[in-house]
Amino acid sequence: MSKIIIGRYIPGNSIVYKMDPRGKIIATFLFIVIIFLANNWVSYFFLSIFTLLAVWATKLKPKVFWDGVKPLIWLILFTSVLQLFFTTGGKVYWHWGVFNISEYGIQNSIFIFIRFVMIILTSTVLTLTTTSLEIADGMEWILKPLGYLKVPVAQIALVMSIALRFVPTLLDQTVRIMNAQRARGADFNSGGLIKRIHSIIPILIPLFISSLTVAIDLATAMEARGYREGAKRTRYRVLKWSKYDWINLGYFALLTLILLLTRTY
Amino acid sequence: MKDNIVTVKHLSFTYKDSKVPAVNDISFSIPRGSWTTLVGHNGSGKSTIARLLDGILLPNDNPRTVINVDGIELTEKTMWDIRDRVGIVFQNPDNQFVGATVEDDVAFGLENRQVPRSKMQTIVHDVLDEVDMLSFQKSEPQYLSGGQKQRVAIAGILAIGPKLIILDESTSMLDPAGKTKILSLIRDLQNKNGLTIFSITHDINEAVQADQMLVLDKGKLLASGSPKEIFENETLIKSAGLDLPLFYKVKNGLIKKGIHIPREINSEEKLVKYLCQLNSKM
Repeated sequence: MSKIIIGRYIPGNSIVYKMDPRGKIIATFLFIVIIFLANNWVSYFFLSIFTLLAVWATKLKPKVFWDGVKPLIWLILFTSVLQLFFTTGGKVYWHWGVFNISEYGIQNSIFIFIRFVMIILTSTVLTLTTTSLEIADGMEWILKPLGYLKVPVAQIALVMSIALRFVPTLLDQTVRIMNAQRARGADFNSGGLIKRIHSIIPILIPLFISSLTVAIDLATAMEARGYREGAKRTRYRVLKWSKYDWINLGYFALLTLILLLTRTY
Repeated sequence: MKDNIVTVKHLSFTYKDSKVPAVNDISFSIPRGSWTTLVGHNGSGKSTIARLLDGILLPNDNPRTVINVDGIELTEKTMWDIRDRVGIVFQNPDNQFVGATVEDDVAFGLENRQVPRSKMQTIVHDVLDEVDMLSFQKSEPQYLSGGQKQRVAIAGILAIGPKLIILDESTSMLDPAGKTKILSLIRDLQNKNGLTIFSITHDINEAVQADQMLVLDKGKLLASGSPKEIFENETLIKSAGLDLPLFYKVKNGLIKKGIHIPREINSEEKLVKYLCQLNSKM
């Protein structure tokens, strides 16, 4: 499980770490939108430069980012190859049945490849440099307008932060249950598909029951400490907008501008 | 009438899916500033009493039932006022940690009471200092030991400034060192802040240090009194199935061997002194 890089946080001290999670989340989402503005070599060149600068600004080892791309590399290659063989237009270099390699095909497949890698890299920059708690806080702030539509944003935020708080506890619990079942002779790593699914049952059922017990205990403890559903609460944790966040947004605006200018219509 | 922080009269409670009452017609009171322990078997209704005192459970409809905490009678309307005066530390240190970090957890009760942030910061700092957890302010719960988590739980309660602290088997999941540390911390806080402690425990050696002891069996209150009165009552101890503290075990063992121990020897220290004197006379 430790191999999954998405959602992992690596502590650090570079400028990206000092940014407000709200700014980082918004910029990452918008980046995925503006990436579709790029449609020629120049705009893709600038896109890559800006993304690599963001990656560089984290001051993390490049290998960490490669770990982020690696699990998705087959999907990326598959999509690029499909683009390569099935796009028509421009000069045709090779042709066989429905397959053909054309000028546009080569270009599109390279664009798709860059687009994929850039999206993965920027979202990795976000998750590597922001704790899940900061992300939850940032999301709460972003979701706040939904409060006007009677969406219980404060409750959702509390649910998010409790869920995040219990992820390590439940992982511990899972490992403990697995070890206890192993001590009784359970085997989780062999046999066919059906047998493996069967062997998950002695992990899942105790895990469900213990999660419910934890939930009941926690609810009691929260109530005993004065938590009232739907009542107004003050906040201890607050987010602070700093000069780095203006840099972040300025950087993002500059990229958008360049993409708009270099775009061909 | 003495100044009692808690007065309970004719308290009964039956859980919805059970036919036998978990708590059956119990009356007791807790003097202000005292340390009261409640002992009894598993399933004797101890935790239910803790929940009833705080209004997490409401007593079954019985016109004779009275629960009065710090001058306020517990009803559905007043239970939030009572929760401002009562803090509970529960058994499992993992399952009562609400916040994602230590300071968040301590601030949770303050957030619920709509304390402004600037005030929260000083309170959180002060109470963490009081329980000696200030250096862990930013830590996440998975990096703390069970004893440290319980200290954070105590800090979270102190932040609200309660008058009564209920310990619901709070030390039962800790190792001996953690247990002693928590208990001495609570004793210090009790003396310094004039708190009342109501402790539910299986640990007989903790119970013997209390001012008042309540013995519960199958939802009924068997006896109440000073630990000395309780432990010297052999028929009571037997019928409640309680273990004896070390001092009483040694004393009874010596008496069985034919060594005469005078009545006035009633503490560990006195027994040690007496035995040393006995040795020098021989």
